[in-house]
Amino acid sequence: MADDIAISFDRVYKSFDENRVLNGLTFDIPWKRVTTILGPSGCGKSVTLKHIIGILKADEGQVVVAGHDMSTIKGDPLLDLRKRIGVLFQSAALFDSMNVYENVAFGLRMHTKFPEDRIRDRVAVCLNEVDMGGSEDTMPVDLSGGMRKRVALARAIALEPDFILYDEPTTGLDPRTSNVVGDLILALQNNLDITSVVVTHDIPLTTRISDKIALIDRGVVAASGTVEEVEESPTFQKFLDGELGSEDEA
Amino acid sequence: MQRLFGAIGAKIVRFLTQTHAMSIYFARTVVQLRYAYFYRKQIIDQCYTIGVGSFPLVCLVSAFSGMAVSIQMAYQMEVYVPDYMVGSIVVRSVVLELAPILMGLVLAGRVGAGIASEVGTMKVSEQVDALTSMAVDPVGYLMMPRFVAGLIMIPLLVSYSCLLSISAGFMMSILKMDISVYNFIKGMKLDFMPYDVVVGMTKSVVYGGAITFVGSFVGLSAEGGAQGVGRAATAACVISSALILILDYFLTHTMLT
Repeated sequence: MADDIAISFDRVYKSFDENRVLNGLTFDIPWKRVTTILGPSGCGKSVTLKHIIGILKADEGQVVVAGHDMSTIKGDPLLDLRKRIGVLFQSAALFDSMNVYENVAFGLRMHTKFPEDRIRDRVAVCLNEVDMGGSEDTMPVDLSGGMRKRVALARAIALEPDFILYDEPTTGLDPRTSNVVGDLILALQNNLDITSVVVTHDIPLTTRISDKIALIDRGVVAASGTVEEVEESPTFQKFLDGELGSEDEA
Repeated sequence: MQRLFGAIGAKIVRFLTQTHAMSIYFARTVVQLRYAYFYRKQIIDQCYTIGVGSFPLVCLVSAFSGMAVSIQMAYQMEVYVPDYMVGSIVVRSVVLELAPILMGLVLAGRVGAGIASEVGTMKVSEQVDALTSMAVDPVGYLMMPRFVAGLIMIPLLVSYSCLLSISAGFMMSILKMDISVYNFIKGMKLDFMPYDVVVGMTKSVVYGGAITFVGSFVGLSAEGGAQGVGRAATAACVISSALILILDYFLTHTMLT
């Protein structure tokens, strides 16, 4: 794997029962750039993301993350790798029995021996980074969808990860809040100098934040490259016209 | 006919697959016991939820079942057996069988289904995936603390249930059935064997582990939104109850024959 490649998928196949979701997926994600995995609903975007975290294993092919083969890695090396990855889930996935402070502090408490005052400082920094300072005592149920995503993002960056994975970050948000999330992704990218992988079907967000796009259709990369390169491809036009993913939806 | 056999075969395969998965999760939970000190806060929280949360229900069920047992014993034996035997039979039946199994079945509903719905909700709302992605093993963080809390708190609840059932039976015998305090206590002392307490406590420890483990396992296997969580809660209650009755037979057979 070339030095500038952070994550690579090499002929990855994945099926659930009879339903083949990834069908020989091959593409690379460079270090310290925003790469967007774009595609229609059910094309295998979120499944692709779960292979990066190691929640799912490929049936065939190889997924390599920061030099680690995800099909063979396990135990402490897998846990160490996961500590380097922050994830923003589609539903935010905040722990609803904990308030905002405890959610953001969770990873720090589990994986560091920081004293409480240092944890408090780090939580404050993370919450300020996502413009949610002062919300420490609020319970997730009392937050709006956009606020929940921002708190989840604060939790994702608490351990200062090398990667942040965004699973449908703007789904369910109004256009204004979607713009705020887009701004946040760019701001974090600039401030933290990390590798970002965004899974979405939101085209305005994609064209705004991406350094590289992989357009997926039926489990394979149908087009990839810079925003301009992908926008010029006929497959992208088909996607805009709603002609992708009409069969065999995963 | 072929379809019938096919359906039966599919059920058997599903049962074996689930049993295999359950065995693996049980082994993983036992391995995670080495992190019990690290997860002590979660264990204490679960002890509180299981113990304090179930307390009113345990009081209610124990008091009424104790009174009912004493009335039934007195009714069945009034002609043939001296009345002091009521105390003996109430104590032995409560300690050996009634309190462990009744509390086991009641707590399978309250604790088992509660755990399944809580963990199931976390599963379907991606909170379990969030734990995994944060390098936290859901078996260690969610299952093991509940399992340990079940092993600790359910025997305590059963012990309390024994005391309350016997006290309620004692009060009922004295107030309503004209059995003297002296005779009831005489009967209690006459047949009491410390080994009965060992049997009752062993059963309650096993039921405590079974209820919390099954609830957590079924919760972690939940899929498909609110409906899946509802199915998990029902399954936890049904599987735990059936398991308790089966285990009761084997424990009773092993320890009393």
